[in-house]
Amino acid sequence: MDLDSVYRAEYGRCVATLTRLLGDIGLAEEAVQDAFAVAVQKWDETPPSPGAWIVTTARNRAIDRLRRESTREARHAQALLLHQPDEPEVVGPVRDDQLRMIFTCCHPALSPLAQTALTLRLLGGLEVAQIARAYLVPEATVSQRIVRAKKKIRDAGIPYRVPEAAELPDRLTSVLTVLYLVFNEGYTSTSGELLRTDLCLEAVRLARALAELMPDEPEVIGLLALLLLVEARRPARVGPSGELVVLAEQDRSLWNRELIAEGHELVRRCLRRAQPGPYQLQAAINAVHTDGPATDWAQVLALYDQLLRHSPTPVVALNRAVAVAEVHGPAPALAAVDELDLPGYHLLPATRADLLTRLGRTADAVAAYDEAIALVTNDTERTFLQTRRARLTPGP
Amino acid sequence: MKKYLLAVQFDESAPSPSEGEKQEQMARTAKVTAEMQSAGSWVFVGGLLPSHATTVVRSGNGTTTMTDGPFAETKEQLGGFWVIRCEDLDQALSWAEKCALACGAPIEVRPFVDAQWG
Repeated sequence: MDLDSVYRAEYGRCVATLTRLLGDIGLAEEAVQDAFAVAVQKWDETPPSPGAWIVTTARNRAIDRLRRESTREARHAQALLLHQPDEPEVVGPVRDDQLRMIFTCCHPALSPLAQTALTLRLLGGLEVAQIARAYLVPEATVSQRIVRAKKKIRDAGIPYRVPEAAELPDRLTSVLTVLYLVFNEGYTSTSGELLRTDLCLEAVRLARALAELMPDEPEVIGLLALLLLVEARRPARVGPSGELVVLAEQDRSLWNRELIAEGHELVRRCLRRAQPGPYQLQAAINAVHTDGPATDWAQVLALYDQLLRHSPTPVVALNRAVAVAEVHGPAPALAAVDELDLPGYHLLPATRADLLTRLGRTADAVAAYDEAIALVTNDTERTFLQTRRARLTPGP
Repeated sequence: MKKYLLAVQFDESAPSPSEGEKQEQMARTAKVTAEMQSAGSWVFVGGLLPSHATTVVRSGNGTTTMTDGPFAETKEQLGGFWVIRCEDLDQALSWAEKCALACGAPIEVRPFVDAQWG
């Protein structure tokens, strides 16, 4: 294993442990970076447990550094460090460190953007430049956001611990939301190209880690299953010339069978627990989509009915309408869509346009496509909508 | 232990509540204060009169000027505050939730400078 992959795999874990030892994220990051710099010079080959090596080295470097400094904070931190047992434990506490870090990064007192950036930086080990590229914002914006968030964690006293049982459901929701948003941004980027594979893979990796850390939380398993089942279809989502391919037209042989099998197994695990929640229901819907040669839309509709009871949002209602069209035809689906109010959301007019097309109301469909095209921000989706619209207006 | 300010943000443009509602609100906030006291988190509490009674004093260049009204003429004004002492932000936030519910107004949670070592 080369140093780059060690860094990628171990950075987050090491920072999480050092944060517990040092009581400060910034100091922990410095110490871990110091340790990697030492590794560059000293490693002829990768030691048997590179993470433990980095943690021990980082801890020693941090003690040296704190001894050189004489501020009150430094003495305080040094005292904390010296009271730690010599060899940091590798298994149990380290897992807890990562959990603590996830909950700290996704603390609701931080802005959603700061939560995402911190999670990708501190848990994913992504560089600021990578995060900036993924979100198409300047690097300076990302690093400023991260610096500010770390400052708030320290100054406001955001605790570095897993929330107590009473607060857990709310706090877990915000962690799941961050992972879901990271994945979504990767799957359909706000602008530019359709996919940002980096983000999809990172979200799946973090969801896997979370599921390993909290195997008894059904919504955590639900989110992992959902991401796996959507990720499995990614290879079929973009055609040979980079165009968007909708589910019904995808080449199913391109789907990743392993991920689908894993996702289905997780959905069955959720069903056995019988404590459904929004992520588990979405996972179940995607399990139906990936089961057999074609989607069983009646089952999808039944699941959307259940999802709508859990999360009565207009976006869920819009997705449900798509299933209504498949089961009961476009007319009742259009009636359902026309009741929804989702200002600025391009998929509402896009769905209307598709239903109007099926109803043979061509002029209305063209108008709806125009509306959707005006709202869409992703280039590939725009091309897709323009192609659909062009089919309705016979060329010269 | 850290110290936090829990500031009540009152919307002064909203119609003032009836006498009965005011009494109920006072009783609710007094109850939260009593809870803070028995939990050992309470440091200070005070309710403020509306901003019409406010004066800003500015000093510099050897003169002092006074202006009628608060710093900013916005409809949201500081309506009162608690000062509490607790372990971390999560504890402060859970007090703030109770305060917000009791006052029927948003609460701004802000750590004190000396919070880290005080």
